[in-house]
Amino acid sequence: MPSVSMTVNGKAVSGNVEERTLLVQFLREHLRLTGTHVGCDTSQCGACVVHVDGKSVKSCTLLALALEGANVLTIEGLAEPNGPLHPMQEAFRQNHGLQCGYCTPGMIMSAIDIVRRKGHELDERTIREELDGNICRCTGYHNIVKSIAAGAKAMAQGGAPRQAAE
Amino acid sequence: MYNFTFHRPTTVRQAAGLLAKNPDAKLLAGGHSLIPVMKQRLAQPSALIDLAKVEGLHGVELKGRSVVVGAMTTHSDVANSPIMQQALPGLAAVPAAIGDPQVRHMGTIGGSIANNDPNADYPAACLGLGATIITNKRKIAADDFFTGMFSTALEDGEIITKVSFPIAKKAAYEKFKHPASGFALVGVFVSKRGPEIRVAVTGAGANGVFRVKSFEEALKRRFAAKSLEGMTIPATGMNSDIHASAEYRAHLVGVLARRAVAKATA
Repeated sequence: MPSVSMTVNGKAVSGNVEERTLLVQFLREHLRLTGTHVGCDTSQCGACVVHVDGKSVKSCTLLALALEGANVLTIEGLAEPNGPLHPMQEAFRQNHGLQCGYCTPGMIMSAIDIVRRKGHELDERTIREELDGNICRCTGYHNIVKSIAAGAKAMAQGGAPRQAAE
Repeated sequence: MYNFTFHRPTTVRQAAGLLAKNPDAKLLAGGHSLIPVMKQRLAQPSALIDLAKVEGLHGVELKGRSVVVGAMTTHSDVANSPIMQQALPGLAAVPAAIGDPQVRHMGTIGGSIANNDPNADYPAACLGLGATIITNKRKIAADDFFTGMFSTALEDGEIITKVSFPIAKKAAYEKFKHPASGFALVGVFVSKRGPEIRVAVTGAGANGVFRVKSFEEALKRRFAAKSLEGMTIPATGMNSDIHASAEYRAHLVGVLARRAVAKATA
């Protein structure tokens, strides 16, 4: 089997994988980073969103071998173990931005990428438009949108997010 | 997904050599059409030749009176290119409306037009602007390139390297998105470059993207939405499926063409 090497959450990793191994399989099954989820497996639901070289992508539609040398960030890499949460994670916690939680890692990784592209002051319309590629089957979008608006602001301050105003 | 061998050439020449050696191989661009169909086992290539590391296939540049886009340039890079936004804002809006942000970070112009999905947006933009598709072997006019549903003029071993778009003074795209898939139920690209008027339609035709000569003639008299008032196209040859009937698609062609012209002349 061919080998692949990349950086995941700041650490150099490598492994031998079948050619058809998807990035999400490499993350979950080889590296045991199970925070990245598989929802639809058809690049629609966004539960598998991670960052590759700083951009949000769907890890169910990328081949692990195609990421030789890439820099990958998953939900596990956002905060130090036992340290404070990333401001976007904290915003989801404070605003109850999840119900079952299955879509949450993808939502948070997409949210951080929205902030990168659109800045820290996000209106509801922008957030909803930009969440086109993430589906919450609990349909908890209202609080997800609130969480992202609060998290985006908190990322600017570099501190803990405030509860979004009702 | 069945397994395959995986290759990562760094030059177009190497990629072409690998294609010649592996007759069942497929080129991998962004992979956001190919990998899903491989998962469904609708495609079973023996080898994938990844173009990601091939030099010279990325970027948007101005060349005389054209904008030239590298085949591996992603939808988000085309949409956000200052050169494209300045020279051809009507074209920059096309990739901005494809898929979702994550898909736009991976999907490429070359992959989209080589696949020629009958509901894809880029084929309409290429035909609607009279683009030239540049391969490792030749230059192909958009009018000759799209030969039918999922089929193109590309020959075995031929690799798209660039797409050249002539700068049109007026150009716009209007798309009626399927609400679930985001693909064009119908999309219409219109342009006016000097005396040349083009109206190209995706999503509607049973044979893929096509031009509407009757609309183009009407717009030659005056390039205004009013020139198309009351005009429609016959439903014969239109796609009909669970999403929309042939009649509905034909109706949308007229509506979206008027909206696109209005947008281009705004």
